[in-house]
Amino acid sequence: MNQITTISTITLAELCIFAASEAFRGNGEVIATGVGPVPRLAAGLAKLTHTPELMMTDGEAYLVEQPVPIGPRAYDDRKPAGYLPFSRFFDSAVWTGRRHAMVTPTQLDRFGQINLSYMGGTYRQPKTQMLGVRGFPGNTIYHANSFFFPAHGPRVFVPGEVDMISGVGYNPAKRVAGGNYSGVDLKSIVTNLCVMDFGGTDKAIRVVSLHPGVTFEEVQEATGFALEQAPEITVTPLPGAEALAVIAALDPHDIRATVIKDNPPAVRA
Amino acid sequence: MLDKRMSAAEIVAQIKDGMTVGIGGWGPRRKPMALVRELLRSDVKDLTVVAYGGADVGMLCAAGKVRKLVFAFVSLDAIPLEPWFRKSRESGALEVLELDEGMFQWGLKAAAFGLPFLPTRVGLGTDLAALGGLKTVQSPYDDGETLIAMPALKLDVALLHVNRSDWRGNVQVFGPDSYYDEWFAKAAAKTFVSCEELVDRMEDHYPEQARDNLFERCFVSGVIEMPGGAHPSSMPPHYGWDMKAFKAYAAAAKDPGDWGAVQDRFVGANEADYLNSIGGKEAVAALPLPIF
Repeated sequence: MNQITTISTITLAELCIFAASEAFRGNGEVIATGVGPVPRLAAGLAKLTHTPELMMTDGEAYLVEQPVPIGPRAYDDRKPAGYLPFSRFFDSAVWTGRRHAMVTPTQLDRFGQINLSYMGGTYRQPKTQMLGVRGFPGNTIYHANSFFFPAHGPRVFVPGEVDMISGVGYNPAKRVAGGNYSGVDLKSIVTNLCVMDFGGTDKAIRVVSLHPGVTFEEVQEATGFALEQAPEITVTPLPGAEALAVIAALDPHDIRATVIKDNPPAVRA
Repeated sequence: MLDKRMSAAEIVAQIKDGMTVGIGGWGPRRKPMALVRELLRSDVKDLTVVAYGGADVGMLCAAGKVRKLVFAFVSLDAIPLEPWFRKSRESGALEVLELDEGMFQWGLKAAAFGLPFLPTRVGLGTDLAALGGLKTVQSPYDDGETLIAMPALKLDVALLHVNRSDWRGNVQVFGPDSYYDEWFAKAAAKTFVSCEELVDRMEDHYPEQARDNLFERCFVSGVIEMPGGAHPSSMPPHYGWDMKAFKAYAAAAKDPGDWGAVQDRFVGANEADYLNSIGGKEAVAALPLPIF
């Protein structure tokens, strides 16, 4: 396979997985949790390439050293090396800060506050009920968190604030005096357009790399609040052959092809 | 009384209008669904339900049994949004206390230890405290840290489904994860367990598995054998969840969308009828464990 062919067949989802795996680089012996196909493949890719010390579960209760492939399998070949059930997840992983989760909330605002609970209406009568806050309040005050969004737009990156603050951000108005917020650590936001972080003024969200062919203006247009720019915005790198092979092995059914609308190529035509 | 065997009707008769009922398990896993079905067949109402919710919460909400719900999520995993719960929420029918998953178990632990609250950082910086009326406390030590005081989640009754028990309430709980069942048991004034297998004296049958005695029998008030009693939720290692049944249940929330018209299908006139309608306990036992 020559270089040109390889590049033209790399999908945007694969580029996102590769970019998202960077969020886990050098994290040390923490539980890397990726919720959803792209985050989960990203965590697996990180563990199998640059950061083998990462820990992860099989999606149920056991710790595995070989990331479990996603999608249906007729067999169960998980090989547990350790044990981390829900029944001790808070004691061991969350409340000790030994975790980095990458998740896809429904909304995220300029402070990095996230919402997974409900949209519109009131606490008593939401217009649209979603999952509930799940573990987000604890995750965000205790350990590192990153985010993946397959459809970058103003309904996700909302103007103002999220409808129900389910995860802690960097909003000074929401900080109770005397509270300990030293564990709040929002790292990376990977979307179908770009990679962002919280390295701007007072932890503002800024664009650090643009996917091939995407402009800052396009990203800003799709965002409900003003974005900052890193001093040198780069082009998000394409995954190489090794990374692509790992991704393919962890996703034998090509579920990643269903994540981003129309499964576009990484490099725009 | 050391023989704690009861009928399902006797167990549910212990639950009175307005009580707070904790339900063990997690989402679509290890739910005491047979006892929940018995509750659905009763006239009990105005309950406060405390659960890591799945179809247990969805059904009780749909049937109008719930006055207040204490929850962190309600989900069927592969069907992320529990449709009946969603309908109830969006109709404004429920009073709620929404909590983080970790705060939730912390509240059960406070109740288990007879404490008014336990301190935590969780909830700071979010809308949970303001919406739920949770108050803060200040550390009396030099650090002076401000923390959320997570109130005890005291339960009148807890319902659990376990793998085995003897008639004295010596339970054995296995499968990869027992979630927070032991804390539900300890947070409750009375805990009733249904089990896949009931034996007379545990020490005569499975003494080598005494490490699976997740909580001691002083926390058990009543026991009933109900094989398949977690259906349609999963009960490893005995059986997996019944995704076909969950899908039918979820679809019914749209069409016809009226619980009164479908309760018979998902609850049955009695547990024997219910089990027959899904092919018997053998059909339940044949449900494969989910592969994660």
